[in-house]
Amino acid sequence: MQKFILGKKNQITLISAILIVLAFFSRFALENMDIFHWSLIIASVLGLAPIAIQAYQALKVKVVSIDVLVTIAVTGAFLIQKFEESAIVTFLFLFGAYLEQRTLNKTRSAIKELTEMAPESALKKMENGEFEEVDVDDVDEGDILLVKTGAKVPVDGTVLSGEGYINEASITGESVPVGKTVDSQVYAGTILENGTIQIRADRVGEDTTFGRIIELVEEAQDSKSEAERFIDRFSKYYTPAVLVLGFIVWLISRNVELAITILVLGCPGALVIGVPVSNVAGIGNGARNGVLLKGSEVINDFSKVDTIVFDKTGTLTVGNPEVAEKEFYGENIDEVQAYLASVEKESDHPLAKAVLKDIGETNLFTVEKTEVVKGGGIIAQVNGRRIAVGNVALMEKENVALSEKARRDVERFEQKGNSLVLTAVDGELKVLMGIRDKIRPGVKKDLQKLKRLGVKNLVVLSGDNQGTVDLVARELGLTKAYGHMLPEDKSAFIKKMQAKGHIIAFVGDGVNDSPSLALADIGIAMGSGTDVAIETSDAVLMNSDFSRLPHALGLTKSTARNMKQNIIIAVGVVIILLASLIFSEWMNMSIGMLVHEASILVVILNGMRLLRYRLRGRLA
Amino acid sequence: MQKATIQLETLACPSCMQKIESAVKGLNGVNRESLKVLFNASKVKVDFDSEKLSISDIEKAIEDLGYEVIKSKVKPV
Repeated sequence: MQKFILGKKNQITLISAILIVLAFFSRFALENMDIFHWSLIIASVLGLAPIAIQAYQALKVKVVSIDVLVTIAVTGAFLIQKFEESAIVTFLFLFGAYLEQRTLNKTRSAIKELTEMAPESALKKMENGEFEEVDVDDVDEGDILLVKTGAKVPVDGTVLSGEGYINEASITGESVPVGKTVDSQVYAGTILENGTIQIRADRVGEDTTFGRIIELVEEAQDSKSEAERFIDRFSKYYTPAVLVLGFIVWLISRNVELAITILVLGCPGALVIGVPVSNVAGIGNGARNGVLLKGSEVINDFSKVDTIVFDKTGTLTVGNPEVAEKEFYGENIDEVQAYLASVEKESDHPLAKAVLKDIGETNLFTVEKTEVVKGGGIIAQVNGRRIAVGNVALMEKENVALSEKARRDVERFEQKGNSLVLTAVDGELKVLMGIRDKIRPGVKKDLQKLKRLGVKNLVVLSGDNQGTVDLVARELGLTKAYGHMLPEDKSAFIKKMQAKGHIIAFVGDGVNDSPSLALADIGIAMGSGTDVAIETSDAVLMNSDFSRLPHALGLTKSTARNMKQNIIIAVGVVIILLASLIFSEWMNMSIGMLVHEASILVVILNGMRLLRYRLRGRLA
Repeated sequence: MQKATIQLETLACPSCMQKIESAVKGLNGVNRESLKVLFNASKVKVDFDSEKLSISDIEKAIEDLGYEVIKSKVKPV
């Protein structure tokens, strides 16, 4: 019975609307007071039923909800035969709840679009060797699955056979299809645009990259800031307090009408819903535009950032360095290059990759006693000879003497913005390589936008030499540039700035910057979406798209502002209502309920504006 | 301990959260610390002891409040 009534809430709302119209029609047109009264009585009883059930359920679990306030108020009005008020208040309350649900669905739509991209079924290889369609929940790690053209990849896995092109936009934001062959990794939620592949399931369900992104966004939209938790605690006591207030007023004045009016006017309506609505709309806009924001606390802090610290390689630059210039000293160049390649093969440093690419095919030797010198390079034994590969500091440490010419070359290479890789064999300098990384296209414009959004300091920190860093800083118009920074120097720098009262965002690729990402007020990872960075950071720019950064900052500023507006609207409405009860003649229950429901819709609509947020034209 | 993720019909009023929270917390065998009622996602996440109660007990507690359970998933922790 209870379920039946709650399930028919919309129909009940409609019927009470018709009854109320009928009542006023019969009063003013037919001048029939009987129909007027009876219509309103039926409308009141009918409308009160679902509200009273909700109130009862709330009280059963010891919660004084708004339903409780409204039920008491309406019952009171009914008992003192104010049928007009009781009917209209119940109708407005129900109708308001209906509109609330409809508009709330809109604000949540952006995130819903994302979750709906999750795969639902898979073609699984059964024991008889046939593929059968099963629910994606029934796929386990190690299962063999078939993916046909146009289908969604159901899990994270490895291609066993076949080939095809996959659109990975749902993970990386990049919609150019990626070719996949045997042994390629494929990700859940991506779409096989052509070809047919068989894959082995490596990670399923919530463990897949896509599953993690969804879970993160879902938790983010419901995460609460300090202010929200305060409002929650407040409203837990607020509603009972209103109830007590109404009771006291009744005790003193013996005026039932005044007491129940206070119950209606005191409803906290817009206050509890205002902030979550802004939050979900803001995070939804971000998710749609390649910015993952982890919750409303992040939004608040992000909006106040005045200093942004960047890692250079992979953040401001493309992260794909190439050997631009080189000098050789002495003979046996081929042999030295072979030594160099053998040593660099051991390293996964980006500069090492550039060196290997430049050298190309060569003989490789066995490398022994490899020693990695932090912030310097590598020392190893090859073919019985001591090979040192690294920067100038390493050469000094190894007591490698640099000739006059070599010194001039080093200086020249640095001025051009190269990172240096020097190679010494048995303490003698043999090769000098200058390696350069291209600046990401469009970064300069994006940095200007950040400045116009009110960021005062744009700082680059890099492990590279000062010359390279200065050059990048000059070219991009950064405020400060520091080279020769080890990861711990970077975090020390952030601490120092924080001590000075700056609010700092750190932008990095998250691979070797995790301490800085964690330490900064806001850690922003440039993630391809598949990185661990998703977990350690506060915000992620999907597909490493730098141009999302100004959008993210502008969005958080707008969202933080939107939350404040909603709080002001909500608190303001309650104050005005209570004040007008004291100071004016016209205030009554019906008007109070109308204003409340209207204020709830206003905060929801206000929050919805965030879904359409875009950086304004003057910033473009 | 099992981890339950319960998808509900769209939650519209924040006081629904309070109600669901109190109702689920009141059950014997759920880990109160782990309980999360996600308002915008309309989901309940909670760890529970499968020897003391079953997922259908939790579902019933929520449905008794008048919120429809659409789907639930249970995973060992």
